[in-house]
Amino acid sequence: MPNASRFERLLTRSLDPTTVYVEGQAIKVDRHDTAAAAVLAAGLVPSRSTPASGSQRAPYCLMGACFECLLVIDGVANQQGCMVRIQEGMQIHRQVGARDIHEPPQEVTP
Amino acid sequence: MSDHDTTQNRYDLAIIGSGPAGMAAAAEAGRLGLHTALLDEQEEAGGQIYRAIGRAPLADEGVLGADYYQGRVLLEAMQAAAIDYLPGTTVWGVDEDLTLNVSRRGRSQQVHARRLLVATGAQERPVPFPGWTLPGVMTCGAAQVLLKSSAMVPPTPLVLAGSGPLLLLVASQLTHAGVPIDAVLDTTPRDNYRRAVRHSIGALRNPKLLFKGVGLLRALKRSGIPHITGVEELRAESEQGDQVSKVHYRRKGIEHQLDCRTLLVHQGVVPNVQLTRALELEHDWNAHQQCWAPRVDAWGETSRAGIFVAGDSSGIAGAQAAEEAGRLSVLQIARQLERLEEAERDKRSAPIFRRLSPQHVIRPFLDVLYQPARSFQVPEDDTIVCRCEEVTAGELRQIADAGCRGPNQAKAFCRAGMGPCQGRLCGLTVSQILADRSGLPIDAVGYYHIRPPIKPLTLGELADIAE
Amino acid sequence: MTQPTMQGTRTADVCLIGGGLVGLAVALGLQRNGLRVAVLDEGDVALRASRGNFGLVWVQGKGDTLPKYADITRLSARLWPAFATQLQDTTGIDVQLQQRGGLYLCLTEQELEARDGMLAKMRDAADGDYPYETLDLQQVREKIPEIGDTVAGATWCPEDGHVNPLLLLRALTERFKALGGTIENAGRVQQIAPLSSGFKLHAPNGDWTCKRVVLAAGLGNRELAPQVGLAAPLSPNRGQVLVGERVRPFLEYPTGHVRQTGEGTVQVGDSKEDVGFDSGTTTEVMAKIAQRAIRLFPLLRDVKLVRAWGALRVMTPDGYPIYQASSQCPGAYLVTCHSGVTLAAFHEGPLADWIAGDRDDASMEVFHAERFTL
Repeated sequence: MPNASRFERLLTRSLDPTTVYVEGQAIKVDRHDTAAAAVLAAGLVPSRSTPASGSQRAPYCLMGACFECLLVIDGVANQQGCMVRIQEGMQIHRQVGARDIHEPPQEVTP
Repeated sequence: MSDHDTTQNRYDLAIIGSGPAGMAAAAEAGRLGLHTALLDEQEEAGGQIYRAIGRAPLADEGVLGADYYQGRVLLEAMQAAAIDYLPGTTVWGVDEDLTLNVSRRGRSQQVHARRLLVATGAQERPVPFPGWTLPGVMTCGAAQVLLKSSAMVPPTPLVLAGSGPLLLLVASQLTHAGVPIDAVLDTTPRDNYRRAVRHSIGALRNPKLLFKGVGLLRALKRSGIPHITGVEELRAESEQGDQVSKVHYRRKGIEHQLDCRTLLVHQGVVPNVQLTRALELEHDWNAHQQCWAPRVDAWGETSRAGIFVAGDSSGIAGAQAAEEAGRLSVLQIARQLERLEEAERDKRSAPIFRRLSPQHVIRPFLDVLYQPARSFQVPEDDTIVCRCEEVTAGELRQIADAGCRGPNQAKAFCRAGMGPCQGRLCGLTVSQILADRSGLPIDAVGYYHIRPPIKPLTLGELADIAE
Repeated sequence: MTQPTMQGTRTADVCLIGGGLVGLAVALGLQRNGLRVAVLDEGDVALRASRGNFGLVWVQGKGDTLPKYADITRLSARLWPAFATQLQDTTGIDVQLQQRGGLYLCLTEQELEARDGMLAKMRDAADGDYPYETLDLQQVREKIPEIGDTVAGATWCPEDGHVNPLLLLRALTERFKALGGTIENAGRVQQIAPLSSGFKLHAPNGDWTCKRVVLAAGLGNRELAPQVGLAAPLSPNRGQVLVGERVRPFLEYPTGHVRQTGEGTVQVGDSKEDVGFDSGTTTEVMAKIAQRAIRLFPLLRDVKLVRAWGALRVMTPDGYPIYQASSQCPGAYLVTCHSGVTLAAFHEGPLADWIAGDRDDASMEVFHAERFTL
């Protein structure tokens, strides 16, 4: 996973460390973070590809408007990452193109 | 304030959005004894401006500045109010009788209200330019959201580009946070300064806000960050891989380029009209702000009786104006529901109108000064306009030339606006391109017909309502 | 969206009122016959069945009480491939025509039996030349593995198919303009005045004179038809359609209620309501449509709904078209139906030839409006 594109956390008042898995890799984030923030902290950029042409995208507005942060979260495709709060053990994956209605994507075991 | 399920779901008033307008309105409604529900799709109150104000995780309060922490006053008032606060609740439809169809924790529910106050705030103006879809290009607002809610800062090299107060504010906040900024590329058209001077009388009537702006510019200068004005032909490129690595621009005819891993862009904010459009309210084109806004009276009541809009979703005027507008709407709603005598309403509203005035008089100056350059409103042919369906400005012009009747026909012909963002990121640009190409005024061209659901929801959730 | 600017009287061989799928298909056929055609249409926001329909090129079950309608439906389905190819060759737009067969899914044995009985009757009326099969759940599953367990079965017709109706509208528009046609989006035509030879039309942008006038204005025909001695007893019938996000291809065949478009979006219809001129949607009906879709295809439960719309079908009392030449005002024609997609190839071909030939062929008599007063 690239790490030069990681967002970094400044000193915080308090931190409630919570582990999530981004593409199978464990990362500690704060309990209040969104899945999109976790992806940026993990440096998972790009984080999705479009169904229209397969072009690569990453979170853009983080306000729930642009739908660029679509992710597969705990097996459910096309979740708006900036609107979903992380939970301990959450599995986050790239959204590759259109969703497949048949099955949740293969989970990469860490 | 109580935070529980909507078992008791009949209300005098439903407020959508808990930014400054929504929080202030909720507090006022609680005081007036209105049975009120405050719904917000976010998990935390504050809106974008006071995002995560209840936690405010940054250890150093100097990063965001005192204005941000003023939001605590509003939050406390809202928390003290006897209202039902429903966070994590997305309104996806509003029926004719003001029944709200909402999605909460993966379940659809209905909330009934006698009056509706839309306080859904603003969104950043879409800024189409070549390369704006590249990973690593984000909005200044997005950087601020991460700073406020997660205390996170973007990877460097970092360049900011665009126009408007938020561009300078984010530059100052990131600088305070110790993030090196390689350059602030200011795309404000030079002509704007000359045109804005005509409105400077209004600006002088709000010296506080004016000085704040001047202060930001001075701070930027002191920090030694290159603030490059007169920037044109902004272009983001990816040299290898799928991430932005270079930003190109032209200044005084000369081409420049900078390395970057993060490019933060901004061209001002515009009302979030998704809900007000879906409600089929009357909207007017605001030529100063170059955007649409729902038509409202002095109390914020719209063309549909009983539906009010307050704050930036009725026209950009900033956080302080938003909270006052929220209070005014509630006073009028209380009057309509006969909880307040007319004289009492007038007595309580008079000081609010007085406080609102300076917030509005400075707008023409700011709005004209920060009008986006033409290239961001009607971009070049090869620029993607609809990010979801990847439709370019060129394709839209071709459709216009083929006799396209307006944005709804354009949508049908090329799928612009049909993706998951439902036109939020292309609606304004599509109308502007069609107007520009056909030579018609933009209010004659019109806007997308926004259809339910206002936010995508699963078929399963929708089906559950039928049971 | 066009601002009215008054212009002098203009002329065309044919003025065609209505720029939807029906009008433009007829217009292309008239151009093919060498006629100069002007299409007079409303603006960006109008009651547009053409932008709201489901996109089926559908044969099975159509015309069960009117064999002639079954005939033109099947004729159109046969003409469709050449029509689509021609549109692609001339405009570069692929309208995504697929005619690999379609399924009408039934949730109960009762429904399936009734459907089978209806199609059997149609086969008898066509002297055995009416291809269909009735499938049980297992047979349906062989065609569509994702089918839900509570589906009773389906009727299958190999002549059924679907098309992208929005791309079709765009292709028709571009082709019509490329052939020199005029489309004016000034708003409703206010008056049609029959002259001693031809017609004078009062439109918001100014007057038109023409030798022939074709009414293809959907529900708008109700007011226009009497002005040229015709009757259009039409009423609106709302259909609601839900559109889901793009998903990877899973549905090879269109069904009467669910189809997957070329782009991958899932379309779910439909409802039949009598609600007047309100093209909006209602939560209750949307929820029922979603419920049915999930019973048919349980995997659709997690698919996100992006858009919903209501469109008004243009219905005659018996549901069949009116194709009629005016005997009182020679040169005036009424063309109205609710299957503008399926019948597009027929409209561009035989129907346009019939209008261009200027004769009230007896073959169209079963489609005259007089049938409603008998």
